[in-house]
Amino acid sequence: MKKIAILGAGPAGIEAAAVLAANNCPVTLFEKGQQPLCNITDKAFLFPNFADADEVAAALRAKLDNPNITLRCNTEVTQLMPSFIAGFQEENLTGTPVWKVNEELYDVVLLATGYTPFDAHRKEELGYGIYAGVHTSLEMEKMIREKKIVNSVGENPKRVVFLQCVGSRDEKSGNHYCSKLCCVTAVKQAIEVKKLLPECETYVFYMDLRMWGQHFEEMYRTAQQDYGVTFVRGRISEAGGTFDDRVQIKAEDTLLGRPLKMTSDLLVLMVGMEASKGTRQLSEMCHICGEYGFAQSLDPHLNDCRTQGRGLFVAGSCKRPMTLTDAINDGRAAACEILTSL
Amino acid sequence: MNKFGFKISTPRSIDLDNGDRRLYDELVATVPSYRYCIGCGGCTATCSAGQFTDFNIRKTHFLFSRRQYDKLSTELLPEADLNKCMLCGKCSLVCPRGVNTRGLIVEMRMLLNNK
Repeated sequence: MKKIAILGAGPAGIEAAAVLAANNCPVTLFEKGQQPLCNITDKAFLFPNFADADEVAAALRAKLDNPNITLRCNTEVTQLMPSFIAGFQEENLTGTPVWKVNEELYDVVLLATGYTPFDAHRKEELGYGIYAGVHTSLEMEKMIREKKIVNSVGENPKRVVFLQCVGSRDEKSGNHYCSKLCCVTAVKQAIEVKKLLPECETYVFYMDLRMWGQHFEEMYRTAQQDYGVTFVRGRISEAGGTFDDRVQIKAEDTLLGRPLKMTSDLLVLMVGMEASKGTRQLSEMCHICGEYGFAQSLDPHLNDCRTQGRGLFVAGSCKRPMTLTDAINDGRAAACEILTSL
Repeated sequence: MNKFGFKISTPRSIDLDNGDRRLYDELVATVPSYRYCIGCGGCTATCSAGQFTDFNIRKTHFLFSRRQYDKLSTELLPEADLNKCMLCGKCSLVCPRGVNTRGLIVEMRMLLNNK
């Protein structure tokens, strides 16, 4: 029986483990955190249907309840390489390398080490960590989760401003790519704010609104039609603090061609997705590191789960920014590829 | 001539079939990052000149790329008066695409002067 290791117990890793387990393949699932699914359990509701994030996480977690799956939490994988590089002589009968995962040997490894949110401190001109009213989209999600949206002095905000493309499509951060899901997340969060605080004004500053997925465009329309969210086409170039701890922002209203300034209680920065530390380190270690620290598959169309390392597969947002739906599907696809290769 | 109380209006539309491409090509050759703009307006938002005058740096270079050279640096269109720019360079700092916006202004001025 071949030994299979899956690195990362996020949606892609869990889904792959579940498919393999259902096909009678024992798998070991490594997770560096205390719990699986840490990037879902901090969310409130999920786009585009406002599904309860806890319910989705519980459904995914239930898939781990299978005797073929061994989940090892608090286990960070710091070493991943083919055994012949690692100084081992053993190779299995078919001649494919044996992968050394920390100190153990596995025949097949699935890298599903995911993403990490962009650190908004790096965009100093937007004032994150400097002015109390500037938050990231993750902090806003937490406030929505706790049903308590407040400004720095604990009052309900009268105005909330969202800014897209923070750390994405940005030469200065070294990230040329689009993180793909911030657009719809801002629309979702603006709706959530209006649901909790109907009197609060909400603004979304955007460069392009990329409503590419099923029901995304409808959500955008709902935000305009039913919730009165205001969309302004222009990038906020700087944010400053006011004496009463609000945030003063500057942008150009590019559709009117005039500079615009406004004061808001909260400024929410829609942070993009970057390759996680594990993704960077491990893909570097086994020579599949692609652009921006993401792992690279053999071919984006025809061979998106295999890599140039034999027996080494990739799934989920360790390859590129991905939605939950895409990550789950990708985990399933990787499991099929692994089953074919066995 | 104006016997009937009306005259023929000149078309307002941008005519990309006509117009001189040469200046545009020269600008692209000198400031290649010119082409990376996504029109976010960050430059205009932060522009020192734009806070107090009609000057709009984003519009100037779009006018240039659409061959509307006669609109630039004239009294006709105050927002496109390149002489308003003080070359402070704040626009370059905030540009998410790394466009050399200050170099762009200098180069546009030179090209238009030598036209």
